[in-house]
Amino acid sequence: MSETEKLKQIVEEKFDYLKDAVKMQRERRLWAEVPYNKFFEVFDFLVKEHKFSFISTITGLDEGEYLAFIYHLSGQNGTLFNLKTKILKDKETIRTITNYFPSAAIYERELEDLLGVKVDNLPKGIHYPLPDDWPQGEYPLRKNWDASVLDKGENKE
Amino acid sequence: MSIIDDENVRIPIGPQHPALKEPTSFSVALRGEKIESIQVKIGYNHRGIEKGCEQRTYIQDMYLLERICGICSHAHSTCFIQAVEEIAGLVVPRRALYIRTLVGELERIHSHLLWLGVAGHEVGFDTLLMYTWRDREIVMDLLAELTGNRVNYGINTIGGVRRDITTDQSQRILKAVDVLEEQTKYYIQVAFEETTLIQRLSGVGTLSRDDAMRLGAVGPTARASGINFDVRKDDPYAAYGELDFKAVSDDHNDIYGRTIVRLGELMETYSIIRQVLKNLPDGPIAVRAPRRIPAGEAVSRYEAPRGEDLHYVKSNGTENPERVKVRAPTLANTQAISKMLEDRYLADLPIVVAAIDPCFSCTDRAAEIINLDSGKNNIMNWDQLRTYSIDWYKNRGIAFK
Repeated sequence: MSETEKLKQIVEEKFDYLKDAVKMQRERRLWAEVPYNKFFEVFDFLVKEHKFSFISTITGLDEGEYLAFIYHLSGQNGTLFNLKTKILKDKETIRTITNYFPSAAIYERELEDLLGVKVDNLPKGIHYPLPDDWPQGEYPLRKNWDASVLDKGENKE
Repeated sequence: MSIIDDENVRIPIGPQHPALKEPTSFSVALRGEKIESIQVKIGYNHRGIEKGCEQRTYIQDMYLLERICGICSHAHSTCFIQAVEEIAGLVVPRRALYIRTLVGELERIHSHLLWLGVAGHEVGFDTLLMYTWRDREIVMDLLAELTGNRVNYGINTIGGVRRDITTDQSQRILKAVDVLEEQTKYYIQVAFEETTLIQRLSGVGTLSRDDAMRLGAVGPTARASGINFDVRKDDPYAAYGELDFKAVSDDHNDIYGRTIVRLGELMETYSIIRQVLKNLPDGPIAVRAPRRIPAGEAVSRYEAPRGEDLHYVKSNGTENPERVKVRAPTLANTQAISKMLEDRYLADLPIVVAAIDPCFSCTDRAAEIINLDSGKNNIMNWDQLRTYSIDWYKNRGIAFK
């Protein structure tokens, strides 16, 4: 059994709700989706017990009613664990992971700017990456967002 | 923000500044000559590429993503198509994988020699800049011959590569690699013996192993702080799993270490290129790829010259992707800059920033040019730009015919 298969088995045995739900796409690629109220339980386990000591990035997705987030955790032997979770769009917030990885701050600021999610407890800092005069409430990575909004002259200084 | 508070002087540097090659801005709080704290602001190159990808086909996206960066362009296009090929279940011919590896390594030579020159320039060693950039032309000419372009090679296609390589070309590459290897040996000698260079780079821009981990550094920046992670070795792609090479790391934890790592990597690269050409498999260079990619998702990693590049692609069964996410190595490395500059002299700032080999175009990816008076996009086509420039000069009394 390969290292990737072993890890898949360990995670599936540890969490009931992940029984047969960890997908091994190929060697070194694992995927799992967990409800947000279970997210930190799994995240903590992977980081502390299985040496996923590096966050490669966080991908944000607009899935209609929900906003989804994939945390790409990089661990031993080149394994990438892609842990997905989602929250209700504009109704719920996510908690920062900067207490685990200070490097995640810039990825979380990117989610705030481009996808319009509020990240709780994110340390104070400069927003990234949109311009300072970007109109409020415009989140370009949301599926219904269109660049024509910038042509209407409503965003005049 | 006030320029002077009770104890510190705050100096704004950038986004446009003679010491910076690309737009970024630093707000530096100084106590005397020493940096008390520093705030880095990036985002000036944000061009909306991720959003743009959702509105284009996969093949158009490959060309768009290749233009994220003018140096590690092959890194981005390969990283993207690897994810697409994984979702589509395409088996890329081995010969194509070897050619991708070859172009990727030639790109690394081009990038590392460019970096060495910039580093030399930033510490007042312009002879090094002249030498390395002269040698870099050798590899640029090779890339132009193999792909048709000095940058943005366009060698990739989904399912393989677009151009094959001939025996004559292989021979010319091998000869050029011999010349470059000799030159690199000379630079290594300079790095180990030239006292001025050693003293200027040692103990500057220090980043401990723990800080490099904590702040998420990647590539030569991380490897020079003792983190022996190289995607080519740890999560092999293209032909790397079949090649013999080592990931170069160092424990100087400073800019001197970053120099040693990049020079060591150049030597490994020459070895990789020789192995690729020696073992180049026969066979086709591409398989046919469908226009519509079945629904799925994949993450691809690539060891770009500056470190781990990551692309996430989600498909929905149509000709356009549902989502493309790019994390370029500079974004990961930028966060370590503040730490490297803590309690250092202001004069160290240019070389410390240059030492991560920053590429802010990669980092920001995604720019709208908005006229503040009208609030409108001010994007010109070629004819408009030409008319605008002719009028600009005419209004200043310079006549154009």
